[in-house]
Amino acid sequence: MPTKPASPLLQLLNLQVSYGGIQAVKGVDLELFKGELVCLIGANGAGKTTTLNAIAGVLPLAGGEIRYNDVKINAIPAHKRLRQGIALVPEGRGIFTRLTVEENLRMGAYSRRDQDGIEADLEKVYTMLPRVKERLAQVAGTLSGGEQQMVAIGRALLSRPKLLLLDEPSMGLAPLVVEKIFEVVQSVAKEGVTILLVEQNANLALEFSQRGYVMESGKITLTGSGNELLADPKVREAYLGEVA
Amino acid sequence: METLIQQVVNGLVIGSVYALIALGYTMVYGILGLINFAHGDVLMVGALTALQTMLFLMGVAPGMSPVVMLTIALMVAIPVCMMIGFTMERLAYRRLRNAPRLAPLITAIGMSFLLQTLAMILWGRNYHTFPQLISTTPMQPIEGVFVTPVQIFIVVASALIMIGLTLLVNKTRMGRAMRATAENHRVASLMGVDTNAVIAFTFVIGAALAAVAGVMYASNYGIAHYGMGFMPGLKAFTAAVLGGIGNMGGAMLGGILLGLVESLGAGYIEHLTFGFLNSSYQDIFAFIILGLVLIFKPTGLLGERVSDRA
Repeated sequence: MPTKPASPLLQLLNLQVSYGGIQAVKGVDLELFKGELVCLIGANGAGKTTTLNAIAGVLPLAGGEIRYNDVKINAIPAHKRLRQGIALVPEGRGIFTRLTVEENLRMGAYSRRDQDGIEADLEKVYTMLPRVKERLAQVAGTLSGGEQQMVAIGRALLSRPKLLLLDEPSMGLAPLVVEKIFEVVQSVAKEGVTILLVEQNANLALEFSQRGYVMESGKITLTGSGNELLADPKVREAYLGEVA
Repeated sequence: METLIQQVVNGLVIGSVYALIALGYTMVYGILGLINFAHGDVLMVGALTALQTMLFLMGVAPGMSPVVMLTIALMVAIPVCMMIGFTMERLAYRRLRNAPRLAPLITAIGMSFLLQTLAMILWGRNYHTFPQLISTTPMQPIEGVFVTPVQIFIVVASALIMIGLTLLVNKTRMGRAMRATAENHRVASLMGVDTNAVIAFTFVIGAALAAVAGVMYASNYGIAHYGMGFMPGLKAFTAAVLGGIGNMGGAMLGGILLGLVESLGAGYIEHLTFGFLNSSYQDIFAFIILGLVLIFKPTGLLGERVSDRA
């Protein structure tokens, strides 16, 4: 594990979020240090997606605090959080189906003005995702699920994020495609981008992550290193489909 | 034969105006799912503001060239309408973004009444003669077919505006943000788009188009009054539905088509009904079309998907 700097990049303090009239997140504490790849696992409806949406700023808080770079960002709207380096690849990918693949990617760089840097980053994304490059002029709605997920990740990278939030990148994809996606996630992490990964595929997520949090009914119930959690009998029983 | 060509010319002229207005409806619908029924009244404010400006200029500088005067009038009317579009969105529609769909619709109708009433207070109930600054002396390019310079101005200016708008939406960063926001507000904001600003911008652009259309409409008929926005507003709404609401190409196509149908209908209605109805019934064609489209092809000619929002 890398040595931790004094203060975390992201800190959730007693985070509470209500969604659709019910309290989906009931006091979550979570820390993320620069350069870490951390996963948040849990059953359907545990509040994982709601937590990510609150961090990205698309859901208002009912209580608690989000601190980023040691500054409270509760009141900062989503589009400004992106400019500070927080990018979310939303659940279901959130591709603009009527825009072309290239336009989708360029939307990721919407708030940037450095044309040369954008072009260079586009080339980097193309190298990382060669399948995407062949389809630049295509309307994004015609892509397969895996390709859409690649575009969604590439698009988020074009904002040059410091903190990348990934919401179920493996959802609905074939195992081979999932493997590809996780390879991409890992290479992004190697470049120093801090990643918070939400996954239902707990096995895979824990394997790739340095640390993990387990969420149940809106609360964090367990935390530890990826290997610790993989070995934990409760985790094995609840999320890895093993009988204790 | 002359009647046919003449009515096609007239149809293209009024159709261009409908297309400009329909664009405002369809852009706002595309991004918010809202039918802004006050849009026609923005057109009226544009026409009356231009009229007021012209009267003022005629008073202080009687010798001013008509083209300069018209340009100044437009330069006053356009920002006034932009302000109205911006204010409507900011004060009324933004608060209702997540309200049940009936609420913004009723608010839009309320906005329409509000604008009409304010205009009635400012300009009175009477019909005003709209100065015909561009010559209305007809030319005869073909024997028996009359075209006025004002008609040529309307068609050419509308075409230029529509080309400019198409480029804006398809080729610029702002246009990309508009299309992204239209598809998904939440994800657009995740891309760093200030969606509130994009929506306000859409209203402002739509209002500017309405201002120009208002001046064209009033110039074409030589008349302006506080209720003048209602009928072209309703027809442009029909045109937007005909083309496929939310689709910009559809609004342009629908506007031109509606203008043609209405104009040809007015030209031939007497023959068609054996003299029972005359051309003063021309308004029925727009509503026959609206009915037929809603029954047989509610997505319109170019629309692909129907949204369930009002």
